[in-house]
Amino acid sequence: MRDWKRYVRERLDLPDMKDHSESEIVEEIAAQLEESYLGAIAAGASQDEADARTRDHVADWQDLAAEIARSKPKQAHSVVDRRVEESELRLRRKGERWIPLADALQAFRLALRRLRRAPGFTAVVIFTLAIGIGANTAIFSLVNGILLKPLPYDDAEQLVTVWKRAPGLQAEGRADDLFPQSPAVHFTYVDEARAFENVGLWTQGQATVEGIDGPERISTALVTAGTLPTLRAQPFLGRSFTVEDDTPGSPFTIILSHDYWQRRFAGDPAVIGQTLFVSDRNREVIGVMPQGFRFLQFDPDIYRPLRFDRSTLFVGNFTFRSIARLKAGVTMEGALADLTRLVPLAVEKFPGGMTLELLEEAEGAPVLRPLRDEIVGDVGTVLWVLLGTVGIVLLIACANVANLFMVRAEIREQEMAIRSALGADRRQIAGLYLSESTLLGVLGGALGLGLAYGGLRLLTAIAPGNIPRLDEISLDPVVLAFTLGISVLSGIVFGLFPVFRWRGGHPVQALREGGRGSSSGRERHRTRNALVVGQIALALVLIVGSGLMIRTVQALHQVAPGFRNADEVLAVLLTIPSTQVSTEAEVALTFEAIAERIGSVGGVNSVGLSSSIAMDRMAGFDPIFVEEFPLPEGQLPATRRFKWIGAGYIETMGNDIVAGRSLTWADVHARARVLLVTENVAREYWRDPADAVGKRIGTGYGPGNWREIIGVVGNVRDNGIMQAPVGIVYWPMLLEDFWPEVRGDAIFLPRTMWLVVRSSRVGTAGFLTEVRDAIWAVNPNLPLSRVQTMAEMLRGSMARTSFTLVMLGIAAAVALLLGVVGVYGVVSYVVSQRTREIGVRIALGANAAKVAGMVLRLGMVLALLGVAAGLAAAYGLTRLMSGLLYGVSAVDPLTFGAVALCLGAVVLLASYLPARRASRVDPMEALRME
Amino acid sequence: MVSVDLKKGSVELLLLSLLEDESRHGYEIGKLIEQRSGGRIAFRVSSLYPVLCRMEQRDWIKGRWVEHAGERRKRFYSLTPKGKRALAAERRAWQEFTRGVNLVLEPSHA
Repeated sequence: MRDWKRYVRERLDLPDMKDHSESEIVEEIAAQLEESYLGAIAAGASQDEADARTRDHVADWQDLAAEIARSKPKQAHSVVDRRVEESELRLRRKGERWIPLADALQAFRLALRRLRRAPGFTAVVIFTLAIGIGANTAIFSLVNGILLKPLPYDDAEQLVTVWKRAPGLQAEGRADDLFPQSPAVHFTYVDEARAFENVGLWTQGQATVEGIDGPERISTALVTAGTLPTLRAQPFLGRSFTVEDDTPGSPFTIILSHDYWQRRFAGDPAVIGQTLFVSDRNREVIGVMPQGFRFLQFDPDIYRPLRFDRSTLFVGNFTFRSIARLKAGVTMEGALADLTRLVPLAVEKFPGGMTLELLEEAEGAPVLRPLRDEIVGDVGTVLWVLLGTVGIVLLIACANVANLFMVRAEIREQEMAIRSALGADRRQIAGLYLSESTLLGVLGGALGLGLAYGGLRLLTAIAPGNIPRLDEISLDPVVLAFTLGISVLSGIVFGLFPVFRWRGGHPVQALREGGRGSSSGRERHRTRNALVVGQIALALVLIVGSGLMIRTVQALHQVAPGFRNADEVLAVLLTIPSTQVSTEAEVALTFEAIAERIGSVGGVNSVGLSSSIAMDRMAGFDPIFVEEFPLPEGQLPATRRFKWIGAGYIETMGNDIVAGRSLTWADVHARARVLLVTENVAREYWRDPADAVGKRIGTGYGPGNWREIIGVVGNVRDNGIMQAPVGIVYWPMLLEDFWPEVRGDAIFLPRTMWLVVRSSRVGTAGFLTEVRDAIWAVNPNLPLSRVQTMAEMLRGSMARTSFTLVMLGIAAAVALLLGVVGVYGVVSYVVSQRTREIGVRIALGANAAKVAGMVLRLGMVLALLGVAAGLAAAYGLTRLMSGLLYGVSAVDPLTFGAVALCLGAVVLLASYLPARRASRVDPMEALRME
Repeated sequence: MVSVDLKKGSVELLLLSLLEDESRHGYEIGKLIEQRSGGRIAFRVSSLYPVLCRMEQRDWIKGRWVEHAGERRKRFYSLTPKGKRALAAERRAWQEFTRGVNLVLEPSHA
């Protein structure tokens, strides 16, 4: 008789089966064939016949192998497993040096197999880690892209912005008391500064371009010849600006941005030399900037040269922004010293403005700041707070996972005891745990990366518009390395818990107790309880943080911004170019006609005009002189924000007239020498705002040129809802004899004004169209821009706070969920471990309530310890976010108390279910459970 | 010999029913089917074995190795509770099916 086992093995090809399974299959089929053969012989067949009949039982071996593989999938190795095994074998064969790596690969392969056998555990752990790691990856990529990555300019660390500080001036500058640059000082630097490789002035502007369908508003950047070279930015087509372009009298030139070139000239390379009618003049296109170039934080449509007549410059007019590039090797301190020595030189070269004495009195000094700080602004605080927040969430997630891991380790204690008895040392056992935990960490990190990708898409969509460099955020190698790092680190951290718990001995005890060892049980419980207490504490910190943000937003909503019912106010920026309407008087009439026309649109309550509305960051500062309070010799005048308004503006915004009256169109057309001021300006000089009415204020280079205050209006938070109100002076929009030193006796009238409309119909369909139609009925060629409601402006001002609130809220919710799960898990486990004990107690007469109380007591202890630890931690940590808060202290007792109580209650609730289960234990079942 | 398709449809039912009373090993099952059907239904090892694997995978039958002195060890299969339920269901289905077929084949008593 042939060897049927060999026969089958030679023909049956099962490459994907485990060796053990394969041999069993072979054996069984061989046994059946053998029986068939023996049966045929017994029935009288010859040996050959019997052999033939038996062989007939399997005609197609390949088919059989396929059927078997299909029928026994669980025993087949996975493709991954095989590939890893092959790589491992290849490594081993490569030589001695590669053995450790091969061993590591084997450890992971075996870990993967073990984890496959516990799919529920593995899934929960990976998912929990993915949430924690994914959140960290997403926020870190924000931190990386916005705060850490260098700016997209060559040698960006050399770039600085140039400012002036003047504490002796009681003026209101930016929030950080810095003033922009004066052209006179700038040119002094250009001529004499030794520390700069390049320096430039710039300012933002808007212009009207004659488009194909009529006038169009575009954004512009006005720059000096040195500005683009400071950034080492060059047009890729044509040339950059030279000093000649900056000189008045030379031909007018512009440079296009890449996008505008595409839009307006369809990317035609022959655009160089063509002209564009911009702001009342034909200007020649001399260059196009490369694609993707961003001018600092803006994307202007075109660049225009700033043209100054040096003979008319004086040290004053501090309204231009300035950037500079330090020479290689020069420090900021060195550059500052250089600039300081140049300031007196500026006074000499450009007399007629500030004198040396005035400068000294104002304690004027140049200030340099890294360009990055300018662009990034104060968003850094928000981001670091968020990173800390998600870091805490990850810790909580790791605590949950550590608990799960320890439970699983206990279940496998018997297995470990056997391994130890068979010679495995502590290092090998540790290796088992760590390889599993690290693998879980990395798998969690991989899933987290996917979640982060999706989360980032969402974040960049909902993020407030004023977060800088948002387009530079991506999952680049730094972020990937960070993710890998925290994945591995988390894995190692929670993997160490069972390793340290493993006493490295007592195999007999472990074997005897059948894997439910109770002697080291108490220690284990302590570690687990400690972890849960930690989770509760951390969750409390996050929830307190969210609570503080909620209070901040509430407080902000109570702030009076200087206008009412913001969603009923529509704002539109309107320009009347001189090509459309030539004289100033006619422009004023046109504006009035438009206001009247809109006023007759159904549902409109009132209409107003202003050169700048609240929070638009368009207004500048200028000095004021008060007739009643003449300045002592040599003292500098105060500066206040200037706005030019038409009739109806104050009323349309819903601001109050605190004293006196508002402006009328009669005042405007008569070019009355009147003005309005905000309450804070009035109180500064006259305690009672009513006393300000009738007093006189002037502006210009010196006192004189007085105009009468006719009204005092409510304060306006012009710098944003979270900033203090700014002092504002409202002039009529049509003025004569205003700044005569500069303008002679020309009439002053801003041609670009905001039109504000108050109506309950704002935001409804069709209202905007009617307003537009009303404007164009007066003049169909007027371009409109920046259409929005005041509510949108207000929201924009609060956007960063709302964003932080949302992020913190989500993190706190996740933390709470994880914490509750953790508490429930621990208390449940304790109940299940002590079921026997509980059964005994009940059998001996303890009533259900007492038993439940026992369990609840555990929950209460955990809650108390956790809340206490959390309060302490929060007390220390919330100070870090005080920069984000408004109207509430970082250690606000109301918030702390409320959160502590609520969290404590939630934790108790989480212990309720296991307590109920404990009270329902059937003593007979419990005692039988051995 | 009965057609392949008809055999395919009934093999699980046949296997399960033979395991109802006692556990048997693979070849024995095949032999029994052939004997009891009077030679009308016969299965090859290559047909039966994968079916046994599948039913074990579904937890309808459970196999274990049994060793008797002097013999090569054999794999015996027995019915699990799940398999008992499956057998009952298959039986019902088979009865319904044959009843339906017979009804169609009989001349109508209209």
